[in-house]
Amino acid sequence: MSKIRVNDFTIKVGNVNGTGSASANALLMKIIFRMGVPVVGKNIFPSNIQGLPTWYEIRVTEQGYRGRSGDVDIMVAMNPDSYKRDLAELSPGGILLYDDTWPRPHFLTRSDITVIGVPLARMCNGAFKVARSRILMKNVAYVGAVAALLDLDLDILHTLLREIFAAKPKLIDLNLQAVALGYDYVKQHYPDSNKFKVKTRNLTKDKVMIDGNTAAGLGCVYGGATFGAWYPITPSTSLMDAFVTYCKQLRIHPETGKHKYCIIQAEDELAAAGMIIGAAWNGARCFTPTSGPGISLMSEFIGFAYYAEIPMVLFDIQRTGPSTGMPTRTQQCDIQLCATASHGDTAHILLFPADPGECFDMAVNALDLAERFQTPVFVLSDIDIGMNDWMTDELTWDDSYIPDRGKVLSSEDLKSVDKFHRYLDVDGDHIPYRTIPGTDPKGAYFTRGSGHNKFGGYTEDGAEYKEVVDRLKAKWKSAAEKLPTPIVRRAKQATKTAIISLGSCDGAVIEARDRLGADGVYLNYMRVRGFPFAKEVEDFIAEHDQVFVIEQNRDAQLLGLLLSETNTPRDKLIPLLHYSGEPLDYKFVRGALSEALNLRKTA
Amino acid sequence: MTSFVKPFIRRKNEPTNDLGLVRADYDGAMSTLCAGCGHDSVTATMARAFFELSIEPHMAVKVSGIGCSSKTTAYFLRESHGINTVHGRMPSVATGAIAANHQLAYIGVSGDGDSLSIGLGQFVHAMRRNVNMLYVLENNGVYGLTKGQFSAAADIGSTAKKGAVNELPPIDPVSLALSVGATFVARGFSGDRDQLLPLIKAGLKHKGFGLIDVISPCVSFNDHKGSTKSYAHAYKYYNPAIHADYVPPSQQIKAAYAAGEVMPVKLHDGGEIRLRKLENGYDPRDRAAAIGKLFESGESSEIITGLLYINEDHKDMHDMARMEDRPLNQIPYAELNPGAAKLKELQKGFR
Ligand SMILES: Cc1ncc(C[n+]2csc(CCOP(=O)(O)OP(=O)(O)O)c2C)c(N)n1
Ligand code: SF4
Ligand SMILES: [Mg+2]
Repeated sequence: MSKIRVNDFTIKVGNVNGTGSASANALLMKIIFRMGVPVVGKNIFPSNIQGLPTWYEIRVTEQGYRGRSGDVDIMVAMNPDSYKRDLAELSPGGILLYDDTWPRPHFLTRSDITVIGVPLARMCNGAFKVARSRILMKNVAYVGAVAALLDLDLDILHTLLREIFAAKPKLIDLNLQAVALGYDYVKQHYPDSNKFKVKTRNLTKDKVMIDGNTAAGLGCVYGGATFGAWYPITPSTSLMDAFVTYCKQLRIHPETGKHKYCIIQAEDELAAAGMIIGAAWNGARCFTPTSGPGISLMSEFIGFAYYAEIPMVLFDIQRTGPSTGMPTRTQQCDIQLCATASHGDTAHILLFPADPGECFDMAVNALDLAERFQTPVFVLSDIDIGMNDWMTDELTWDDSYIPDRGKVLSSEDLKSVDKFHRYLDVDGDHIPYRTIPGTDPKGAYFTRGSGHNKFGGYTEDGAEYKEVVDRLKAKWKSAAEKLPTPIVRRAKQATKTAIISLGSCDGAVIEARDRLGADGVYLNYMRVRGFPFAKEVEDFIAEHDQVFVIEQNRDAQLLGLLLSETNTPRDKLIPLLHYSGEPLDYKFVRGALSEALNLRKTA
Repeated sequence: MTSFVKPFIRRKNEPTNDLGLVRADYDGAMSTLCAGCGHDSVTATMARAFFELSIEPHMAVKVSGIGCSSKTTAYFLRESHGINTVHGRMPSVATGAIAANHQLAYIGVSGDGDSLSIGLGQFVHAMRRNVNMLYVLENNGVYGLTKGQFSAAADIGSTAKKGAVNELPPIDPVSLALSVGATFVARGFSGDRDQLLPLIKAGLKHKGFGLIDVISPCVSFNDHKGSTKSYAHAYKYYNPAIHADYVPPSQQIKAAYAAGEVMPVKLHDGGEIRLRKLENGYDPRDRAAAIGKLFESGESSEIITGLLYINEDHKDMHDMARMEDRPLNQIPYAELNPGAAKLKELQKGFR
């Protein structure tokens, strides 16, 4: 009998979309989290409301790695349509749990796995009367079955169910009953299936399970945004949903019922962009969440905000393109789109969060930076970060935070100004002063996207035009040192080989690098968190002979920006690209790195 | 070429408004439009309306899209903030600005191309939301700035300067506005300042979305024989059916008027609009009647003008969003920050 694997394996649940499996999977993950063991959850879902296959992966990782493992050790196969694929994906030594109400002898064709059949449908049909609850309870029953397999803490499971259904006590008993069906059946029929176990630890203290969109929405509340405009698009919708939820909770006057916020569901992304430009121009902190197709539509307005110097905060929760692409699959494919969104010479500020904690912090950063630099700022999240629950350090807030509203002249300030000129670089920091409508007659100016000189007047004079756009470039460059700094991890030994990566690649990169390190392959690692790049990025590349740039798109978009914005010879940067639409796993990274390193050695 | 600076000379005994400002204080940069362009008359009338209403220039905001008409926001109210946005997208920028501060007077200026082709969606949605602004659509039936292509407002049978005949039905902004919920709908003509001025004043004082479709001929590309948006055509078929006067709260003396001749409509600011020249019982508070009247006049090629519809009872965007009276851009951060302790509490649900 092989060794029991404790707190280090991956469970994958294959199901049919629309059967309510999401809450069952979240429940499963929460039990393990509450047992003090770190978990990673990845929802791999179709662009469909009901009927297509959907998967949920739960990685149990005592070491606290944050990416996927690339393996499946326990497959809960609930969808006959994907049985074949699910069976093939299971690692040797794994367990396949399926509903054997309708037995599938062909599972036995793999002798290297254990098949566990549980008659979920039969048991649920016997126990529950309503058709819909039979389907839902089947999911809860497999949670019970898995709980039995892994020795999950039943008290925690019961407590969770009581919390979830606190408002609907009738459902508590139904759910408890369903859990018991699965749990008892497995304990009774498969008493010796103890290959994988979850053992209680104390590793999730001060951690929370939160998705990036919720964290970003909460960040917008804490950052003091009062206005938001949006047009629904997966996977950004839940960001606005979160903002709405927290505004309702925190920003409605208890007596008068009056709101200290305004949220508009616009007619399209063009309008959403126009609305936040109007609100920001008029002095309200605001933002819009969207995804790639929305950025495409907003592009004309983004150039307007850039040229007219209006703060603008955009969250791009990236999904697989081009066009509609695979709208529920993840990628980092809008990096270059956002870096220069719009026609003409434009350059924007980008922030790259790597987890929900950074989504929260960077939402606040973005609101500050947009007003400080009077320009569009993009927070480039993705489906993986935005829509999956991540185990993250509890979010914290510094009560001494004061929003940076940038260079805005009050009526008082204007008194000491001879004449106000909107685009004059008074302080030599490339950032002009702005005024808010309704403040003071002296502050009036005319905002236009057409050619203007430094005084704000219309111009078609080449020299006057250049003076303004050159300052804009200098302003953008000066933002480099004000963005979240890159995070560098040095190898135990000096090395001339390094990795540069960003955003949601982080977990898989860290793990791959750790494992390669254990094999004696040493790599330094820098995760960039902002664009334009800080000087440190160029220096880091210069320090190394070869730098692998790991990102989730086909065209090496980050690499392209590194080449164009730093002084780096082209062949020093080697792309490692993952763009299948599934979240990155460490095996892919380790494999690609080992292969590239070996090839380079032999070449 | 830099922008033109107009000399501001104050003459003796010039009339002043309640703020002690003269009409010229409401001027802007020098117009760069063609001499005789209808838009310039509208600009002058808008400036006069703000002057007569004694609106402090810095408490007014001008928004526009792109086009000859949209350029004109630079040509009046130099002490107001103005924003020349992108083609067809002024309504969204106005909506956001008004969400941030509803206490200023917002005037939008657009053209028939800007509003009825590229910007049709935003135009309609701003009306649906009953955004509190006056939207002046300077309608010349063509794209002036891009040199004379037909716009969606061109009438069937109208000919272009080079002879092409328009065969597509026009989009009439007035009937469109009536069908999607605008709460103040009027039509004017740049050639009749006496009618237009009080309409603009009333529209600025109306709470909610006000549309004035102003026939404003383009002398360079659409003022020839055969054009239905020419001065000659407009004068010939012009029917100033309903005249509206705005009477501010301070001047509500018991002016004598015979019943049936004048119809007063109370406004939110305490003032009222007095409607005159009512044709056989036409009531501009009746939307169905307004739509009927429009169709009737359309059949006879008559251009019916005046205040065609008003509804003071509908909530504007600010009220529908239940925002507090204090503008969003004036709420101090201390009131918006839930604090560290609250963040801890909120996260209990994430364990
Ligand atoms: C995205 C975009 N497409 C096209 C144009 C070119 N363009 C500028 S003004 C205009 C039409 C303006 O027509 P209208 O609104 O009727 O204004 P007018 O000049 O007649 O007053 C067009 C097509 C543009 N500025 N932006
Ligand atoms: S082209 Fe037509 S619309 Fe434009 S300024 Fe000249 S007359 Fe006016
Ligand atoms: Mg036009």
